Amino acid sequence: MDGDGHRVTSPASGGASVRAPRRRPAPGTWLWWALAAGLPLLFLGVFFAWPVAALVVQGFFADDGGTRVLDLSGFGEVLSQPRTWRVVGQTLAQATVGTALAVLLGLPGAYVLYRCRFPGRTLVRGLVTVPFVLPTVVVGVAFRALFAPGGTFGWLGVEESFAGVVIALVFFNYAVVVRTVGGLWERLDPRAEQAARSLGASPWRAFRTVTLPALGPAIASAAAVVFLFCATAFGVVLVLGGMRYGTIETEIWIRTTQFLDLRAAAVLSILQLVVVTGALLVSARLRARRERALHLSSDRSAAHRFSWRRASDAVPALATLVVVGLLVVTPLAGLVARSLRAPDGSWGLDNYVALGTTGGRNALSVTVWEATANSLRTAAVAAVIAVVVGGLVALVVSRRPRSPGLRRAVGTLDAVFMLPLGVSAVTVGFGFLITLDRPLGFDVDLRTSGLLVPIAQAVVAIPLVVRTVLPVLRAIDPRLREVAATLGAAPGRVLCTVDGPLTARSLGLAIGFAFAVSLGEFGATSFLARPDTATLPVVIYRLIGQPGAENYGMALAASVVLAVLTATVMMVAERLRGDAGGGEF
Amino acid sequence: MNRRTRRTLATTAVVALLPALAACTGEDTPGEAQSSPTTSASESGTPELSGTVTLVTHDSFALSEGLLESFESETGLTVEQAAAGDAGTLVNQLVLTADSPLGDVVYGVDNTFASRAVEAGVFEPYTPDELDPSVTDLVDPALEGLTPIDKGDVCLNVDTTWFEDEGVEPPSTLEDLTDPAYEDLTVVTNPATSSPGFAFLLATVDAFGEDGWEQYWADLADNGLKVTDGWSDAYYVDFSGAGEGGERPIVLSYATSPAFTVTEDGSETTTAALLDTCFRQVEYAGVLAGTDNPDGARALVDFLASAEVQADVPPNMYMYPADDTVELPAEWEQFAPLAEDPFDVAPAEIDAHRDEWIEQWTATVIG
Repeated sequence: MDGDGHRVTSPASGGASVRAPRRRPAPGTWLWWALAAGLPLLFLGVFFAWPVAALVVQGFFADDGGTRVLDLSGFGEVLSQPRTWRVVGQTLAQATVGTALAVLLGLPGAYVLYRCRFPGRTLVRGLVTVPFVLPTVVVGVAFRALFAPGGTFGWLGVEESFAGVVIALVFFNYAVVVRTVGGLWERLDPRAEQAARSLGASPWRAFRTVTLPALGPAIASAAAVVFLFCATAFGVVLVLGGMRYGTIETEIWIRTTQFLDLRAAAVLSILQLVVVTGALLVSARLRARRERALHLSSDRSAAHRFSWRRASDAVPALATLVVVGLLVVTPLAGLVARSLRAPDGSWGLDNYVALGTTGGRNALSVTVWEATANSLRTAAVAAVIAVVVGGLVALVVSRRPRSPGLRRAVGTLDAVFMLPLGVSAVTVGFGFLITLDRPLGFDVDLRTSGLLVPIAQAVVAIPLVVRTVLPVLRAIDPRLREVAATLGAAPGRVLCTVDGPLTARSLGLAIGFAFAVSLGEFGATSFLARPDTATLPVVIYRLIGQPGAENYGMALAASVVLAVLTATVMMVAERLRGDAGGGEF
Repeated sequence: MNRRTRRTLATTAVVALLPALAACTGEDTPGEAQSSPTTSASESGTPELSGTVTLVTHDSFALSEGLLESFESETGLTVEQAAAGDAGTLVNQLVLTADSPLGDVVYGVDNTFASRAVEAGVFEPYTPDELDPSVTDLVDPALEGLTPIDKGDVCLNVDTTWFEDEGVEPPSTLEDLTDPAYEDLTVVTNPATSSPGFAFLLATVDAFGEDGWEQYWADLADNGLKVTDGWSDAYYVDFSGAGEGGERPIVLSYATSPAFTVTEDGSETTTAALLDTCFRQVEYAGVLAGTDNPDGARALVDFLASAEVQADVPPNMYMYPADDTVELPAEWEQFAPLAEDPFDVAPAEIDAHRDEWIEQWTATVIG
């Protein structure tokens, strides 16, 4: 999100349009900026772009009697199949409806959780984030148990239907909308809306004409992220929709992992890239159009005490209660309740006690607690990588160079680092296999290295770090830096004394997010984690893939541990964020 | 937040990270650097072993504690594990990395995927000496040079309690499932996304022939068949016998599954495998072509085929050992016998038709 709304100084500061005359920067400055942009680009190049490109390119070369020749016939073949277009249509439909619904349901949630104050608010904020990081296999089972015939909502008949998939997508992405939009809403100056109200506008009209347009950039940003997540959702689509609702992503997975049909997978990857780039362009366009209108905010937190008597509080609160209750609490409560049922059917902590073992009949090679330790260690490394790389990207992207070429380059950099959310994990994972045996020509086989797991997790977490830190950096009045520079501070010192303190707290939230996302990451990890260093989601998957009441109970107990860890991390991150504002997730 | 808390947090973070970083750097270089001077080792004699062997395997690989360690101390080898996805993903990863192998030995390639890897030249043929005939019998000509480690049957399971309560005779053959008496009672997994699902598709190909299996599946679909994406989904959500509220008493699972639903007194099990509906899966180990430590790799394959590891297979990997002379857990004999005459399709045949069969299946069942 381009959060011009979060100006730290007064609204009159005017942002990019008002610039003090500046000295030419010293040549050293250029070097620093080149380094700040170069390091993340190198990282993304080695651990994302190159593997993906190598795999796609391999798909376009056929083996012709020992020599490799370019063969683009895959395009014609794949694009002429009706199934391909059905799959593309399905992807767009699911992602569009899922995104629209997530935004629609998320807006009241953002209002209640960020604009109102009530006891337990932090807890609820943590709770809604849990689905976002739970492993799909658990969600699949927990969710399907509700919607399958005989489940609590079995009568709805949405299982294996378009509606079922969309509900699951909303379940996963609700938090993205709530946190992104809430983050901006919290800082929005209430006076404009108050003025509209005192001029006689109804609450609804004031919201529609004043608040909603102001929230535009945040909504566009949230929608873009949700769209990417929906368009590349894999497990949840298969679990809840079945093959009938195949998407580009599920096709890529099956083509790559089951058929090794790299030719078709390459064409589908390109289609996916087109869809994702299109979504990013639309979102950037929407944000750019709205940005100008956004100089209304203040640095005070605009939250007020919640009251049931106010209709403008009660209505969104009711909506949120229903959504959170049905969508988040019910499946999670079912999960917790089931985890407390011992294998013999009685209630108790047996499943949790069993987490210190390797499961019924030795289902695992490490105990669940050891796996938890592995997870925490890996996530910590991933979070550090993500915050360093993502922080640098945010730093570079937050600047608005005067040269249009450079400005465009900065904009492209911003979009490029969103791509890992929109490209199939299987393409990245298989790409690793053919590129990282000698990364950059160094004789270090990274493919079997334990370091690859946190790196893969970091690649996914970086976009979230960028989205979290960027609005705060953008909100810093450029004149503060210019003043510091004029007074003789070197660029490094400016960073330390101006950007640093103002960004520190949003970094806390970014670390929390990166950490939580890495904790729950399963797609890439399942390819890369070695059996003896399995992470929590991997052992959950393993446990739930075994028969036996003990293993099933343990899997659910382990999922609850993962959920609690995640929620705790997010709540601590919220605390670190304090009231410095900013941040989208 | 005050400065002091912040510093404490930073310190905690650094302290928490140190072991992690140390662990990672220690694992950066897999064994190839130590490719040992054992090239002189003769074919027959015991070669001098040293260095590292990397075992590429799927996530089900597990041995009793200490077993792998004692192998290491006896041979002087260091065994590292490298992960891969499930059986299908594993083979495709091996094929993709044939020029630059992920390790020295692979375990977990099964008979439904192995011939693709053999054809791609992934393996360096090697067979341990002195294998029991029950083991060598499991090697199809197309899979020469691979060593069978374990086997198991993918079979339909029924919830016997459900059938008793309803007073219905449980089905016993594949044909039975198309009987209207069993309408809406069966759940299986998708062959495109699940390896037992594909094994079951192969069982029907063998049972009904290349011209008949599609019709069989069409009949199944008409009789209210349910298809899920993966095993856990089918077993825990839809199957009534798992005790989780499922409503279907017939599920695709393994011949060993009934050993997990034994009643508390250990006298009987509440589910049963239909042994006339099974497809036999065999999992193999093999030396990867291009290994830096061929002697070490062979020693590791010998170890996996040894009586010690074979006896360790049932309790740890839920599969039957390839070697029939190895003693089985008592409850397996009682509750989880293998099929006497399982269905079977030749590996080369499977490889030639896999994509086609899955596409036809999808068109027939999913639409």
